[in-house]
Amino acid sequence: MDHTAPIVHDVFGISWLDFNLSNVLMMFITSLIVFVLCVLGARKLQMKPRGAQNVMEWVLDFVKGIVNDAMDWRTGKLFLPLALTLFTYILVGNMLGVITNGVYGHDLWWKSPTADPGITLTLAAMVIILSHFYGIKLRGGKEYVKDYFRPLPFLFPIKVIEEFSNTLTLGLRLFGNLYAGEVLLSLLVGLTTSSVVGFLGGAIPFLAWQGFSVFIGGIQAFIFTMLSMVYISHKVSEEH
Amino acid sequence: MQAFTDNSMIYAALGGFHVGDMLMQLFFFIVLLLLVRKFAWGPVMNMMQKREEYVAGEIEAAEKSRADAEQASKEAMEQLKQTKQEAQSMIEEARNAGTRQQEEIIAAAKAEADRIKEAAQADIQNEKEKALQALQDKVASLSVLIASKVIEKEISTQDQEKLINDYIKEVGEDL
Repeated sequence: MDHTAPIVHDVFGISWLDFNLSNVLMMFITSLIVFVLCVLGARKLQMKPRGAQNVMEWVLDFVKGIVNDAMDWRTGKLFLPLALTLFTYILVGNMLGVITNGVYGHDLWWKSPTADPGITLTLAAMVIILSHFYGIKLRGGKEYVKDYFRPLPFLFPIKVIEEFSNTLTLGLRLFGNLYAGEVLLSLLVGLTTSSVVGFLGGAIPFLAWQGFSVFIGGIQAFIFTMLSMVYISHKVSEEH
Repeated sequence: MQAFTDNSMIYAALGGFHVGDMLMQLFFFIVLLLLVRKFAWGPVMNMMQKREEYVAGEIEAAEKSRADAEQASKEAMEQLKQTKQEAQSMIEEARNAGTRQQEEIIAAAKAEADRIKEAAQADIQNEKEKALQALQDKVASLSVLIASKVIEKEISTQDQEKLINDYIKEVGEDL
């Protein structure tokens, strides 16, 4: 756990522009994997689906179900690509960290991009900002502002706080789950590589925790997507 | 001071918040969103939409063809019924015509037979009358002749009988 992150400070001489290169690398790899898998799955589309097309359609139906649960399909179809990308990106990102963590030198390079609070909070903030944007766009500014005083006017401060807490919980839930999983995995790796007894004692918990991490990765991707759609639907739906 | 160090250690382990990461994440996510929408999910959604429409169209077509078939079968049934009726009436008609013809032929034959019979009877009557006439004539002349012969000479009974027989024979030959 004493690995450092490959951070580059003050890029282009701008004092606030820092990069964690490991994050950038993993974001790129995750995006690439999602893109390649999706494009491979969408090749040779047929009326009668076969092979990868079935998987693609299953995923699409699954995410469509998430969107449909949160809002009606008329507005929901607008957010289907967003939900799909969120789900696949987070799922793949989670899995990358479960498969392995890679250390080069003293720096931790290969990990889940979603095990970084900055990244998950960025995704969460993006979703919340989108919810405000579409809330205003689809229902008009007046309705949007009125929503802060419903159902009772004095709840206004709580409503404002809710927006920020939503962002924080949405992002940190994902980060916490993934980061904890990685911490425990790397602890178990340390245990299994320390001695023969450690290996015998740590191997089975390691396998179990890895399996559990896969489960958590899937669940968290699902939860993140679902909550994103719920928050968006709170803003864009007429009544709830 | 110790607390601060601990915090910064955790901070370092996490990698900390980096504006660059956030911007990159946003950039990657938006690019990925646009790319997969264009190259993967868009076509898949289109295909699913198309399939939905296709299935709906097929169902509609099947419904329509079923209705058509029903209509056609109804029409065929109607036609069959009509044809049967026609055939029935034709047979009836033919039977009637046959009966009528038969009756006509019988009547005609009967009339012909009656006519021939009548003609024959008339002929017979005619001939009979003619024969009677001839016999009467002959009897008259014979009587005269016999009388004259009787008058001319006295003849024996034997001779007379012979004579009569001769004459009767003669009459028979004449007839």
